[in-house]
Parts: sequence; structure tokens; C-alpha cells
Amino acid sequence: MNIVNILEEIEKVDGEIYERLNPRRSAMKDFYNMGKKVALAAMPLALGSMFTKAYGQSTPTAVVDVLNFALTLEYLEYHFYNHSLLAAPGLLTAGTPPHGAITTIRDHELAHVNLLKGALGSAARPALAYTDFDFTAKGTFPTVYSDYKTFLAVAQAFEDTGVRAYKGQATVLKGMPVLTTALQIHSVEARHASHIRQMRAAPAGGGVSIKPWISLGAGGGANDSGVPQVDPVYKGEDLETQAGVTITGIATGVTKAAAVESFDEPLAKADVLAIASLFIK
Amino acid sequence: MKNLQEQEKQELLQAERSIFTAPLQRRSFLQFAGAGAATIALVAAGCKKDRNDPMVPGGVTLNFKDDFGVLNYAYALEQLEAAFYIQVASNPPSGFSPAEKQYFQDIQFHEIAHREFFKKALGTAAIGSLEVDFSSINFTDRTSVLGAAMAFEDLGVGAYNGAGVRLTTDAYLVAAGKIVSVEARHAAYVRDLISNGTFASSPQVDANGLDKALAPDVVLAAAGKYIKTKITVTNL
Repeated sequence: MNIVNILEEIEKVDGEIYERLNPRRSAMKDFYNMGKKVALAAMPLALGSMFTKAYGQSTPTAVVDVLNFALTLEYLEYHFYNHSLLAAPGLLTAGTPPHGAITTIRDHELAHVNLLKGALGSAARPALAYTDFDFTAKGTFPTVYSDYKTFLAVAQAFEDTGVRAYKGQATVLKGMPVLTTALQIHSVEARHASHIRQMRAAPAGGGVSIKPWISLGAGGGANDSGVPQVDPVYKGEDLETQAGVTITGIATGVTKAAAVESFDEPLAKADVLAIASLFIK
Repeated sequence: MKNLQEQEKQELLQAERSIFTAPLQRRSFLQFAGAGAATIALVAAGCKKDRNDPMVPGGVTLNFKDDFGVLNYAYALEQLEAAFYIQVASNPPSGFSPAEKQYFQDIQFHEIAHREFFKKALGTAAIGSLEVDFSSINFTDRTSVLGAAMAFEDLGVGAYNGAGVRLTTDAYLVAAGKIVSVEARHAAYVRDLISNGTFASSPQVDANGLDKALAPDVVLAAAGKYIKTKITVTNL
């Protein structure tokens, strides 16, 4: 039984087999190692599992869970922004920088939804519509779609939560190609967060005293947003020690605020879902 | 804070002087080595025995066989960024607004914190200090400084995104994740200063809403322009 012959046979019915296998180098490596180890009789069975791996149909449950968790958050963000552009008269004026920025962000969130749906295939969670959400958080932010400042405050909470959520799942995806994709989404969410924070700091956004990066809040608290209702979003962001290394005072001028700003903290899945659930009916 | 800037400036000046007074032969060799892509690709391909001896004085080796190699790679990039922002923060372009001066000082301390974090985390496995070459940057010109800052930040984001999958230790993977999002916040801020609304523009972010993920050889080739120290890459 010659592996190359098998691949050639498959190529006749699936011209893209090599492309399907190639990007997943770990699968290829397993494949060749397996060829050496597995007895001839067991080959078809082992090959079957090898190819499902290559085709991505037997994604581990833990990975499916992470991707569906991410998909839920992306649906939330997408609908939040999409509604602001389509059905919140007077909130964002077409042709202005805020309208352009929110459009850019909305488009990214939609792209993330589609990307995750594609990766999950039939394992994707049921789709979420705008009507599945309550962006007032059951009345906590009643003017979210009529008051620009409130809208931006909620947007900031979503973006900073998104950054923390992806970061919190990194270890589950360790060493897998899908980790790279997750990281590529993660840094885009951080770019969004930075921009939304700048929009809040601008005069039109209320001139809020806030930096593009997460700093210490007033009185040294973990929540720098100035919005006490979103305390859970910033829980633990005031960490001063990283991987056993104390950052505050690590060099002259590295104050506690600088130490906190230098490292964004992850947030556990349960904490993220508790935040998201406030906005899901 | 002022003391630190003075001290760092002294170090920079000394580093610069040593470059200028070095024998011509060594200097031109370092420049060749710093040219990047070709050298890195050759070494990475396994041509370790030939003329590119990794033990050249002043050279460093990034051995990607384990997490230490990846952390040293990050340490090298953070050294570069810290050196850049120290120079900007200690003598900002006259075109900077007070807010910009403040935020570039913030970023300076973030990059110093990152640099020192890696140095401590690596302990005796840490590579030495890199000699930088910022001769292509006009530090008195706001546009030149912002352009360089954007290049450093976008490159840093792509570097961390590309290297994350190589890490095998949870704590290091999480630490890298904690840093990359701060770099992305910097990148977005600098981009918006250059042109408001370009915080996540194409082609840095593609049609799938994905940021760049860059391989170490690509990153080092781009960074080579700013680094005099010869960097040898193995086991990539």
C-alpha cells in the first residue's frame, strides 16, 4: 500500500487534496509518521481519521466551543454596530468620521462572523439576529441608540471585552493553526478598542479622560472607563505582575499605571458570558 | 523619569559612538548582515557551517527550537521599539501636540516594560543588547516619526500574531497575548494620528477582518533596516 498512490487516486476525485493537506503541516507530519507505524490492515481506518483531520471535520470539542463562544460575541458586536448605522436616526451622520469608523468596525465584525461560521461549518451555533439582543442591557443604557456618548461607552465595553475574551481562550488553541486566526482577530478588536476610546476622548464624544490603552481608573481602580456599570469588563485589569515578574518599578518611570497599561489581561469565558448575557434576551 | 531619559540617552549615544568608531571592515560587515532577508533565509535553511559564523562579536542568535527562542525574538523587537520611543519621548518633534508628547511618553514606558519583562523572564537565556540604526528616521520631523512608529507597531503586531503558535508554555503564550493587544492599541493610535480612521485599514487588516500574522524571517528582514547587530536565526 503506497501512500503516494492513494493520494493520486484521491486527486482524481478531489483536485484540491494537496491544497487541503498542505496548510495543515501538523496533519501532514502525523500522516507520514503514521505511515511508518501503523500496520497495513489498520491503514484505511487510520487514513480516514487522518483525512477528517485534514478536512477539519473532526475539530476537537474544546476548539468548537471556543469558536462558537467567539461567534456569539461577534454576532453581538455586529448587530450592535449594524443597528447603529441602519436604524438609529441622528446617532451617526453619514459622511462624518464617526460614521466611517463605525462602518469599518461593523464590516470587520461581520467578516469575523462569516469567518467563524465557515470554520465551524455544521458545528456552528444557531445564528443570532438583532432581535435576540437588548443593547440597553435591560434598561441600564436606555439611550444607547439616541445618545452618542452612551453608544460609545457601550462600544468601548464590547471591544475591550472582545480583546479579553479572545486572549482568555489562547491556551485552549495552543499550537494549532486556528490560534493564529484567533490572534489575527484579537489584535483587530484591540485596534477597534483603541479607536473607540479615541472617539470618546474627542470633544464630540464627551471629551472623556480616557487613553487608547487600558489604564488605571480614577482612584486607582481597575475600570478606567468612567462608567461604573461596566466594572465587570475591567475586573483584574489592574494586574502588576506578569508570569512571575513584577512590572511596576521594573525600570525607572514604570509606575503602576504604566505597568497596567503595558499588559492587557484575559477574561475567563464564564465572566465574558456573564457580561454578554446582560445584552442577550 | 528625567534621569532615566538621560541615562538611556547616554547609552544610545555611546552605542552610536561605538558604531562610528568601529573599524570600517566590521561596520560594513554588520551592515551587510543587517540587510536581512538573504542572510536570515540562508541561515534558516541550515547553512550554518559557512562564512556566517554565529559567534561574530556583537551578533546574537535566535534559536527557535524552543520558547526561549521565541521570547528572545520578542525581546529583540521590544528592544528596538523601546530605543525608538526613548529617543522620541526625550526629544519629541516640534510638531507634536502636548497630548501627543504625553502619549509617546506613555508608549515609551510600555515598550520599556515589555523589554524588561522579557529580559527578566529569560534570565541567563536572554540575548544581549542590540545596536540600533535609526539613521533613516528624522526625529525632528513629526511625519517621519509617525511613519516609523506605525511601521514598528504594525510590524510588532504581525510578529506576535505569527509567533504565538510557536509557543508551548501557557504562561508565555498568555503573556505574548497580553502584549500584542497593547501593541495593536498603539498601532491604531499612531495610524489615526497619521490619518484619522485608518486604525484598522486595508491592507494591514484584510477583507476577512484579520490582522497580519508574519513569519519571523519576514519580520527580521523588515526590522533589519533599524538593527546593526547581526542576527542569526536557527531552527525556524
